[in-house]
Amino acid sequence: MSITDRVLGDRQRLAYIASQAADARLNVELETEGMTLNIGPQHPATHGTLRIIARLDGEQVVWAEPSCGYMHRGYEKLAEVRTYPQVTTLVNRIDWLGSFANEVPFILAAEKLMDVEAPARAQHIRTILFELSRIANVSLFLGDLGVQMGAITPVFFAFRDREYVLNLIEGATGGRFHPNFDRIGGLKDDLPKGWIAETKAVMKKLRTFCDQIEDLLFGNEIFQSRTRGIGVIPRDVALQYGLSGANLRASGVDWDLRRDHPLPMAWNKADWKVWTHPDGDSFARCWIRLQETREATKIVDQLIDTIPSGPIMAKVPKIIKVPEGEAWVSTENPLGEMGYYVVSRGELGPFRVKIRSASFNNISIAPWVLRGVYVPDIVTVLASLYFILGDIDR
Amino acid sequence: MISAVQLSAEVLAVEVPYWGQSLLRVLGGIVAVLLPAGTIVYVFLFKMMSFMQSRLGPMEAGPYGSLQLVAEVGKWLQKEDILPTRADARVFKMAPIVVLVSTFLLVAVVPFGPDAWFTNFEAGVFYALAVSSLSVLGILMAGWASANKYSLLGGLRAAGQLIAYELPMVLAVIGVIIQAETMNLQQIVLAQNTGSIFGFDGLGNPYVLTQFVGFIIFMIAVQAELTQAPFDMPIAESELVSGYMTEYSGFRFLIFFIGEFATAGVFALIASVLFLGGWGIPFAWFGWTDIDVVANWMNLVGPVIMITKMMLVAFIIMWVRFSYPRFREDQLQRFAWKVLIPLSLANIAATSIFKVVM
Amino acid sequence: MKAALGDRVVDSFHKDDLWLRVRTDAWKSSMRTLRDTLGFHYFSFLSAIDWMPSPYGRGEDDPTEPPPVRDTTIRPGYAGGDTRMQVFARVGNPVSHVSVIVKVDVPDAQPTLDSIHDVYAGANWHERETHEMFGINFAGHPDLRNMYLPVDFEGHPLRKDYPLLARMIKPWPGIVDVEPLPGGSEGGDDE
Repeated sequence: MSITDRVLGDRQRLAYIASQAADARLNVELETEGMTLNIGPQHPATHGTLRIIARLDGEQVVWAEPSCGYMHRGYEKLAEVRTYPQVTTLVNRIDWLGSFANEVPFILAAEKLMDVEAPARAQHIRTILFELSRIANVSLFLGDLGVQMGAITPVFFAFRDREYVLNLIEGATGGRFHPNFDRIGGLKDDLPKGWIAETKAVMKKLRTFCDQIEDLLFGNEIFQSRTRGIGVIPRDVALQYGLSGANLRASGVDWDLRRDHPLPMAWNKADWKVWTHPDGDSFARCWIRLQETREATKIVDQLIDTIPSGPIMAKVPKIIKVPEGEAWVSTENPLGEMGYYVVSRGELGPFRVKIRSASFNNISIAPWVLRGVYVPDIVTVLASLYFILGDIDR
Repeated sequence: MISAVQLSAEVLAVEVPYWGQSLLRVLGGIVAVLLPAGTIVYVFLFKMMSFMQSRLGPMEAGPYGSLQLVAEVGKWLQKEDILPTRADARVFKMAPIVVLVSTFLLVAVVPFGPDAWFTNFEAGVFYALAVSSLSVLGILMAGWASANKYSLLGGLRAAGQLIAYELPMVLAVIGVIIQAETMNLQQIVLAQNTGSIFGFDGLGNPYVLTQFVGFIIFMIAVQAELTQAPFDMPIAESELVSGYMTEYSGFRFLIFFIGEFATAGVFALIASVLFLGGWGIPFAWFGWTDIDVVANWMNLVGPVIMITKMMLVAFIIMWVRFSYPRFREDQLQRFAWKVLIPLSLANIAATSIFKVVM
Repeated sequence: MKAALGDRVVDSFHKDDLWLRVRTDAWKSSMRTLRDTLGFHYFSFLSAIDWMPSPYGRGEDDPTEPPPVRDTTIRPGYAGGDTRMQVFARVGNPVSHVSVIVKVDVPDAQPTLDSIHDVYAGANWHERETHEMFGINFAGHPDLRNMYLPVDFEGHPLRKDYPLLARMIKPWPGIVDVEPLPGGSEGGDDE
């Protein structure tokens, strides 16, 4: 193809030299005012390969900018050459900790275009698995929070208790991290025997874990002094940048997509609370995620008792051709609002898929919020914003 | 002051020439530094931390992972020694040695028994506190010489922190000195073991009871001097990778590693001497009244008792290390200057008043 | 909403969700009106659609056979459209929880659009990404450099005439053993 065998012209050479010079400017050692610190891409603190270029004045940050793209896999382009069922495998890997939650908005968008609704049983189980992946995702966040602050012990409890949830997901779907279980029209399989009883037992353990973490980490005075008042994001800034999920609710905006945007899922069949917090600081964000994990266990407990019987898959043709149209579905994923804008042309695969991932917006606020904080606070603020590189870079 | 010849004659019941005694002292010093380091690393770092985190820790090397230390040493020794191109070579190489040398110097004044000591300084406490500050130099050297911005940040943080926490440590110890009326560590041990609490001499008079404020301040200051959590900003692993130790590999890193735990062990030894009664069990149990009357077998049991008390203190240090998140640098400094120093000054005042009154 | 935006709205569509299409020159002012007058403070995302069907199909062509003739007429989607590329953004009202998707045509000859980063601060990064992926210039953007791709990357990947290199370099393995299914489509797909 023409692109691969074109010779490098002068303009491209100049562009390359300019890029090297720009990089060099950033990494100059002897600077008379301030020091430029490069955090990442390989770094224990960032959840993946994120590079943050910070200009420091002593220990205070004057200017910080994240530079992402180290994990860009081109999902939107890849989705255009795949059929609808194949896109699910791609999409699993965007937010790799909240496994099942990635597939749901896409499948719902495709079902919206096809005017197909999954049977009640499938919707119910989808919601249960969705909340389980939320628990899996956020419990790792809670443990990781400790490590970012320096408390090395809670993360082991988090991993230990997360194993139970991953075993549950594996029992139902066959995959711990990438279940690939959702299908247009329903789910791939029904639940295995004994899964319901196991889930109830695991939810109890998770609630104990939440209490332990609250005791060990949130009640700790050092943790509080490290997170209270750090990285305050006021309400209007949060809205403008498109923060979503717990980050938005921590700034006082009462908006939860599960409650406010009805979708063919079973959230309205359970009784649960939306948590908000008036300060927009790091402590608020972490605290809200802790409460949301508890709520998720409550949702699962309520839904698991009332699964309706019935088919697990609606009547869809074997070869799925989605009629022409555009659809947007977004759900309250563990990281925030994740949505898919699916444009279909009546073919086997989508015409264009725009993936709106939560972490992209969450990180875009980093230059704004990291001005004037100390170097240790960079880690605190980024940890509380909670991003996953696969979500940022798609 | 007992002469060296007399010492060897009494302890070993055999005449050892002077060079032999010096050799024994050197060996003893090495053992006194490395044995606590190794024990602390194995028992607390490998096993206790693992159990607290609901995992088993190293189990492969030797039964229950007891030979893990040997494996670790071997691993570090066979690693490539990397010297960054722009690092200041001489300073870079000297830095770990400075840190370790200060530990060895520190252990020279610690008494292990009535006659089992290396030197018997009259100003033992003064010397100990002075020499323990040498490690700050080593850390700063490591930070600057590494030609790495992370190391530099770590070194600068360490300098500020270690100097800030020297003061509470010194002030906390002054209370003990006032109570013991001497700076000689051996005399302090004696004072504790021959003393009595309100006439009851079954427990001796370990200064941890009367100087509990001083003990707590000393422990906090020791935690900060060792750059252990919650004061481990200089080595903040999730930000600075390893702080001032980032560029070190192979044997040099091993020296830093050993130095960290050896210093922990030696500080624990000093804490047990100053506050917990050192190598002695209350003399009243045996009817001894002075150091000359203490039986000779105490020279063998003394080190064992010291090790036990050291493990107790090290347990507290490590326990706090694994549980707490870390302070931010300015919060750390605020804590030292605004909380610990006034508290320790108040402790000195109270001790002096009690000493004069009672 | 029609009242506030007036004649800037060219077309609209409603099916479970609201689509609006505004005039190209009124893009920034419409967004500003949405934010200030109608209270749509929440900025969800901004991106673009390239309506030209890809000349490479799904990259499953057999390289030994002549390339099939493909239909490349541009047919826009909801709320109409006159150009090949359209930029669309979604904004929401946090109080009433209503959201709207606003589309705008981008002129084919000179793909330039006003930047709305001073209306919604979050648009900064989204416009950078749209610029590098589609080649749409955003006038007034402070720092339009690449977000994901390296500095010296050529081309705009998400445009339909930019091929997916993975399918160009190696022929698609599914070409082998293609048997027409009774249903009539090619390729072996899973459920």
